[in-house]
Amino acid sequence: MKERRILVCIKPVPDPEHYDKIGIDPASKTLVRSGIPAVINPNDKNAIEAALEIREYWGGIVELVSMAPPDAEEKLREGLAMGADKAYLLSDRSFAGSDTLATARVLAAGIAKIGSFDLVITGSESADGGTTNVSPQLGEMLGLPHVCNVESITPQNEEQWQLNVKIEEGYLKVEGPTPMVVGVNDKINTPRYTTVMGIMEAEDKEVVIWSAADLEIDNDKVGLTGSPTQPGDLHEPKLQRAGKLLEGEPEVVVDKLIRLLRQAGVLNA
Amino acid sequence: MLPPEVFVVTEQVQGQLTPVSFELLGAAKKLAEEMGGASISCVLLGADIRDLGEDLASHGADKVYLAEDQRLALYQNEYYALFLTKFFKKQQPEVVLWGATAISGELAATVAARLETGLSAHCSDLHLNEEGLLVQVVPAFGGKVLGDILCPSRRPQMATVKTGIFSSLSKGEGAGEIIYEDTSILDGCSPLLKTLKVTKEKDRDTSLKEAAVVVGGGWGVGSGENWTLLERLSSLLGGAVGCTRPALDEGWTNGEHTMIGTSGITIKPKVYIGIGISGAIHHLVGIKDAEMIISINKDAKAPILSFSDYGVVADFKKVLPGLIEKIEELS
Repeated sequence: MKERRILVCIKPVPDPEHYDKIGIDPASKTLVRSGIPAVINPNDKNAIEAALEIREYWGGIVELVSMAPPDAEEKLREGLAMGADKAYLLSDRSFAGSDTLATARVLAAGIAKIGSFDLVITGSESADGGTTNVSPQLGEMLGLPHVCNVESITPQNEEQWQLNVKIEEGYLKVEGPTPMVVGVNDKINTPRYTTVMGIMEAEDKEVVIWSAADLEIDNDKVGLTGSPTQPGDLHEPKLQRAGKLLEGEPEVVVDKLIRLLRQAGVLNA
Repeated sequence: MLPPEVFVVTEQVQGQLTPVSFELLGAAKKLAEEMGGASISCVLLGADIRDLGEDLASHGADKVYLAEDQRLALYQNEYYALFLTKFFKKQQPEVVLWGATAISGELAATVAARLETGLSAHCSDLHLNEEGLLVQVVPAFGGKVLGDILCPSRRPQMATVKTGIFSSLSKGEGAGEIIYEDTSILDGCSPLLKTLKVTKEKDRDTSLKEAAVVVGGGWGVGSGENWTLLERLSSLLGGAVGCTRPALDEGWTNGEHTMIGTSGITIKPKVYIGIGISGAIHHLVGIKDAEMIISINKDAKAPILSFSDYGVVADFKKVLPGLIEKIEELS
């Protein structure tokens, strides 16, 4: 049986458990996110898990790829501790501010340098930006077929794979040959926890760091200047309301609620 | 110079237009008015779609471009992207709107990469700025922050829009022209990935989106048995029941399609009654457009209370039975 080489794209995001603490500095109008720890994007852990399960079944290797600042090495080690074999960090000041298209270009350049593979797996959606654009755009940049929102991956034979794709109305059954780019959703599996043994093993695994100079990439097409979309103003949605408390014994509260429902026109009796 | 045109990519699944298709026409109309009278064009791909085209033409589209071909019956990313890339290269629109659905979101990203243009995703608002650029307002960090996205130099300016943000136009608004497009470009393509079939889940209850009253339940509801109190209250008020992610994960609810918030649906009821909900940002963004928010929570420090018009600090099990009884007496 042919061994598989699976690449998994991951990115660090501020921990979604702490998004209530994110805000905008009123003076500078910039994002305030200090003190919020970075984690591997939760949906990307599903991608790592999917790759590890394929490796367990078919044999092969699982390698991680991330475009991120240098301190992301720590997050890549977490992915290695889950069981991935090797990691590549694509890191350069010129990549900062990349939108989805520019990010897809950088990842594609990194993957092109890595060489041949059977499958690229990504999360479908990031917790911070949440565009769902990068996975299909990476497929386009690599010139490969791609599919996202994948809820199960079933190899049919050596080269033919079947995928169950979640859509609003139900599911699509999609079939095609490797290599391809697959974006998985968060229902596909439950990512494994890291073990102490895993963490210790990860310390000896290789993390390759490549800058823009190591990649075949057009510097005008990455980073903020190479991105077709440009960020404008930030706002905080107005969510605060009066928060008037209805007090009293349950019967009194019930009468107050009845009055409100009538006032809103949803109770005519 | 030709008058500006706003383009909408509508979508059908198994011969049915999706709700967001009509809402996109509503969004396009708003932008067309801001442009001082642009025309609204839409494009639809599929097989045997004449009737669907006429439906779109009577819901506000000035022009309906149909790519009618048996090969396009099901969503095939490679065929669909090939046709649309060529179509937009020919049409050269300023603005293209897409549904932020699984299918259209993926397709939009594919076409954006081929056109090397920008694509913002899951927009919650769209408007034009002073320079006439499309301001695409996108949620970030689960909706805690909204960011404006611009696409200053590349064209078209493309955005996906979530279902439930814009209102559809009423039937009979306009009588658009139907134009059949040549699909022979597909002849030169043999897709590697093939969509073999669509499996529809049993027809979903869509009442949640239209309900005037929504009763939402969170983790604090505590059990499936307690959940029946929410069902009872909502049915007396002719409403629907929604839930948060933690309640969904507990298995008390009617399923994922009733989850309200960032990764679920957005609702705009007259009254939202939140039960046992703490008030995480991921849920709040889905209810923020409710006209009135009432919440019942036994924790006086629950954040939901400050995001509500009215709050009750109490055990809902002591309030809901009395409320249900009273409404039953009255009706």
